[in-house]
Amino acid sequence: MAAGTTTLNAPVTARSTTPLVEMRNISISFGGIKAVDDVTVDLHPGEVVGLLGHNGAGKSTLIKILSGAYRADAGEIYVNGTRVDISSPRDAKRHGIETIYQTLALADNIDAAGNIFLGREMMTPYGTLDDASMESETRKVMARLNPHFRRFKEPVKALSGGQRQSVAIARAIYFNARVLIMDEPTAALGPAETQQVADLVLQLKKEGIGIFLISHDIHDVFDLADRVSVMKNGRLVGSAKVTDVTQDEVLGMIILGKCPPGAIPGPGAS
Amino acid sequence: MTATTAPARANPLGTITAKLELDTRLIGMLAALAIIWVGFDLLSGGVFLTPRNLWNLSVQTASVAVMATGMVLIIVTRNIDLSVGAILGFVGMVVGVVQARWLPGMLSFDHWLTAPIAVLVAVVTGGLIGLFHGWLIAYLAIPSFIVTLGGLLVWRGAAWWVTTGQTVAPMDGRFKVLGGGIEGAIGATATWVLAAIACGLIVIALGFARRRRVRFGFPVRAGWADAVLAALACAAVLGVAAIANAYPLPVGAARRFAEAQGIAWPEGGLIIPHGIAVPVLIAVAVGILMTFLATRLRFGRYVFAIGGNPEAAELSGIPTRWVLMKVFGLMGVLCGISACISTARLNAATNAAGTLDELYVIAAAVIGGTSLAGGVGTIAGAMLGALVMQSLQSGMVLLGVDTPLQNIVVGAVLVVAVWLDGLYRKRIR
Repeated sequence: MAAGTTTLNAPVTARSTTPLVEMRNISISFGGIKAVDDVTVDLHPGEVVGLLGHNGAGKSTLIKILSGAYRADAGEIYVNGTRVDISSPRDAKRHGIETIYQTLALADNIDAAGNIFLGREMMTPYGTLDDASMESETRKVMARLNPHFRRFKEPVKALSGGQRQSVAIARAIYFNARVLIMDEPTAALGPAETQQVADLVLQLKKEGIGIFLISHDIHDVFDLADRVSVMKNGRLVGSAKVTDVTQDEVLGMIILGKCPPGAIPGPGAS
Repeated sequence: MTATTAPARANPLGTITAKLELDTRLIGMLAALAIIWVGFDLLSGGVFLTPRNLWNLSVQTASVAVMATGMVLIIVTRNIDLSVGAILGFVGMVVGVVQARWLPGMLSFDHWLTAPIAVLVAVVTGGLIGLFHGWLIAYLAIPSFIVTLGGLLVWRGAAWWVTTGQTVAPMDGRFKVLGGGIEGAIGATATWVLAAIACGLIVIALGFARRRRVRFGFPVRAGWADAVLAALACAAVLGVAAIANAYPLPVGAARRFAEAQGIAWPEGGLIIPHGIAVPVLIAVAVGILMTFLATRLRFGRYVFAIGGNPEAAELSGIPTRWVLMKVFGLMGVLCGISACISTARLNAATNAAGTLDELYVIAAAVIGGTSLAGGVGTIAGAMLGALVMQSLQSGMVLLGVDTPLQNIVVGAVLVVAVWLDGLYRKRIR
């Protein structure tokens, strides 16, 4: 089954390269309920894959397995074709997998630099926090993401939604991510800021970073993604190149679980 | 009480504090302390603001202040420790038995190693108890309120068990130095030398911080602001030293001291100053170390991150449970230090030592601006909070206020302080 899916996916992606990341036959249950059931997805360098589905379809859970927040009950994860064990967020980051969470996962009482380097602080030779270097690096990365950002000394709780978002994005891209997971990255943003995020996605894509884009806004996904994978009730309905399916067909996948002819059906297709 | 500074934002004083980049809350606390001190001084007819009373106040504050520095970190991580007073009682009993019953038999009576071993035993015992609490809280996920409420009963009971209730006395001669008193002060010369060193370090530290920011091209305070800050800090240090040195030993003690030093006792008597008390030095050293830990080390950063957003801390790869266990271990170590201070001060180990201390320690941390919602608090604030609490109590004792009324006042002040602090926070938002 796993091998079948990969070979089936090959023509869809129209690439011969090894996937940057491949999650095979992933399952996880919480209290007897299968939140994710036998799901297989993959991601190639420079590719944006949209993960679609209703609230509670299992998108965020699947992605939290990849980012190390949850541990799968069954299934395998491959990075560049090598099987890896991701049992903590630290493991995921070691493999170049960075996540921008829907909740942003910022410590509100700490400033931007503290958040960006949280868990990976820069240290002085004496083993103390090198706040000056961290602030300096933060100024550089924020200049690129949000040139108007000035509030380096304030706890992020004092920042606006867009500013907080750019801090969360800065934390994900600063450490040279190869795989970026964006969970509803524009849910809390205004139109201008949403456009900024879209520009950033295209720029990162050009740099060869693979991006999982989780959203329930199908327009967003069609604008940015190369492929979509649709989940329903924890199962994969199917995957398709955005050029092979219409938005209505994808809506049908999300709502009815019906896999159109242009898509590769998954185990969740009805 | 910190809200007293809130209106100051609009007037020139507010802009000055902004230029100096001073914490307005801390200034508010200092102002509140000043009001309390001056108020008591007026009411007591000038007895409160005497070197003697201030010196005693500093010694009385030391034990609670030491524990308050640890309580800040506990509360910052959204936990609580109700067992600190009981741990102090138990460790105090262990320390008493070790130095008064075991060590004299093993070494010799009044051996110089007795005091260091006793302190080591206190710190290790306290630390192990704290780590055990931390393990229950972090790894078995039992709420800290319950674990430490249980700990409060367990360790208070254990304190009785050590000697089945007997008081152990007296303490080792060198150990007693930790408690202050006539032998437990460092004298005039050492006080001035220490104060001078402290002033030098303050100037150097400010200079280094400034140079570093300049090197990275960050905005810096105006030069005069740094100079004013340095001057204020040095004036405070020298002022404390001057007060400690203005409190002379009582005549009998001075005569004994002079005889021991081989100084002839003149006709008019000798004025020999106390100097800073050893427990106060310990508390200040603990405060500096804990501030360093909380603001300059990875551990402190993680503690605050856990308090700000536990889920985010976990997702950032922080070993949150291990950090939490260490926080409680650290609290235990500080209880051990406080146990030494209070046992030495009493010159006896009693199983009732530290009763109700948990409440004073928590109150000190909260008055000092630690938010029970987690994520916010400073070590210096908590130590100032301890000083405010102790000032209220000593002041009322001086005025002859009955004990029940003292408790009523302290309790009311705690509630009002937290209420004012809440108003202040809303206002600056």
